Amino acid sequence: MRPTALSWVPAALAAGFAFLYLPILLLVLFSFNESRLVTVWAGFSTRWYGELMSNGRMLDAAGLSLSVAAVAASLSAVFGTLAGYSMGRFGRFRLRTLFALLLLSPMVLPEVILGLSMLMTFTTLDRLVGWPAERGFLVIAFAHATYGTAFVAVIVEARLRGLDPALEEAALDLGAGPVRAFARVALPLLLPAVVAGWLLAFTLSLDDLVVASFVSGPGSTTLPMLVYSSVRLGLSPQINALATIMVLAVVMLAFAGARQSRNTA
Amino acid sequence: MSEAPWIRRARRMFVVPAFAWLVATVALPLGLVAAISLGEATQAAPPFDWALNFTNYALVAGDPLYVEAFARSVRIAATSTAICLAIGYPMALAIARAPRSRRVRLLFLVVLPCWTSFLIRVYAWMGLLRPAGYINSALQALGLIDEPLALIANAFAVHLGIVYAYLPFMVLPLYATIERIDAALVEAAHDLGAAPVRAFWRVTFPLSVPGAIAGALMVFIPACGEFVIPDLLGGPDTQMIGRILWLEFFQNRDWPVACAIATALAGILAGPILLFDRYRIRGT
Repeated sequence: MRPTALSWVPAALAAGFAFLYLPILLLVLFSFNESRLVTVWAGFSTRWYGELMSNGRMLDAAGLSLSVAAVAASLSAVFGTLAGYSMGRFGRFRLRTLFALLLLSPMVLPEVILGLSMLMTFTTLDRLVGWPAERGFLVIAFAHATYGTAFVAVIVEARLRGLDPALEEAALDLGAGPVRAFARVALPLLLPAVVAGWLLAFTLSLDDLVVASFVSGPGSTTLPMLVYSSVRLGLSPQINALATIMVLAVVMLAFAGARQSRNTA
Repeated sequence: MSEAPWIRRARRMFVVPAFAWLVATVALPLGLVAAISLGEATQAAPPFDWALNFTNYALVAGDPLYVEAFARSVRIAATSTAICLAIGYPMALAIARAPRSRRVRLLFLVVLPCWTSFLIRVYAWMGLLRPAGYINSALQALGLIDEPLALIANAFAVHLGIVYAYLPFMVLPLYATIERIDAALVEAAHDLGAAPVRAFWRVTFPLSVPGAIAGALMVFIPACGEFVIPDLLGGPDTQMIGRILWLEFFQNRDWPVACAIATALAGILAGPILLFDRYRIRGT
């Protein structure tokens, strides 16, 4: 394409990036603010990081969120890989349209609907079989896995399109069963996609406020739930500090991931 | 293309468990919501009884509070989608026209904010927009205004929040379609004497419409049911249906009405979702 055309377009891109990043940069900057008033600069300080680190409720919530995210991401990776492999390898099967729609729904439906639907399921289950009476860690992880699955499946399916089915066929010709052919041939090749999907599901779980608020029982407060109740009361420098830690973690992970994929590509 | 026999044998082992999981975690829960929307609220725990009447829907349809909230949600989501398109299109175009070596890096910069917490990104705007926030303080320090501007707790802030949070979802599918447009087509338009702007409107733009539709739906559908943004950035006159559902559930504890609202919302979004299924660009 001729680069001279529409020369204001790159400027629009720069403005777009400023719009995306300026709010985050301000958030990070003011996490090092001495003053309790978040928007008035009063000198450099790391005191809010210290207070955050000694905030027991915050640490408990972070611990719960991280373990929920790990379990949710692992469940998502298993079922998302199965679903993605089903979509990508088995071209046409009965009810495929329904299958695709069920896979798409959790990605696009509003979270309030998903959260409500998960809670209705758990309470109905509790009525029928007496489980789960206490909706804690495992229930939240299951709820998060339902939409994590969809995201893993999309990534796995995309990667699968670049893989020749002849590879699995060769394994089958050599006497392996379909499960063995999948586990020994396809899965190792799909592994980068599964890992990327696991990370995405982990992030989504760690970030979720709405679904967790619906399904969790009293006593199970995830990190976003705690952040939300604190933010509703107004700005808090501790939240700025927490946000900075999260942003740094994400940036480092993202850069590591990008380097990794460049090296393996 | 004929089917290899192994595919038929293996299918059962993969499709059946995946299907079972999807039915248990997606179809069944959504079906339950639809079923409970026909139930009755009680004082028991859980606070509903199975029934088969449409009184909850009659209540929702007959109360201007709910009807207005539905209409407002669609309106706010549609306007925000249009703004996202206006901002996102030039961004996607610029990335598609950047040197190949730089495209991945630019795209990475578009997606990166999505990996940081949604809640935190909305919180960041609270700091910018409040009466004592960065924008008002800066404008007052410069002597441009005497009284702080009302930037938060109104429709402006809700639109801004939605555009900010969902912009990357507009840029991604747009970029994917624009990038795939054969450069030879645009060159041909140039060779035939079309000015760059004309070549854009007659060649590039029409070919990018599927990406624009996919991106628009990726913004519009979730924005319709948004809860966090109207809750934290909106005010009393920007109640969206996602927040009404939340209040119905957590404050009124009326589960059947909450389920009726959810079912109606899903019904409204069914059309856009099916459309999205047709337009989504595979692999993006």
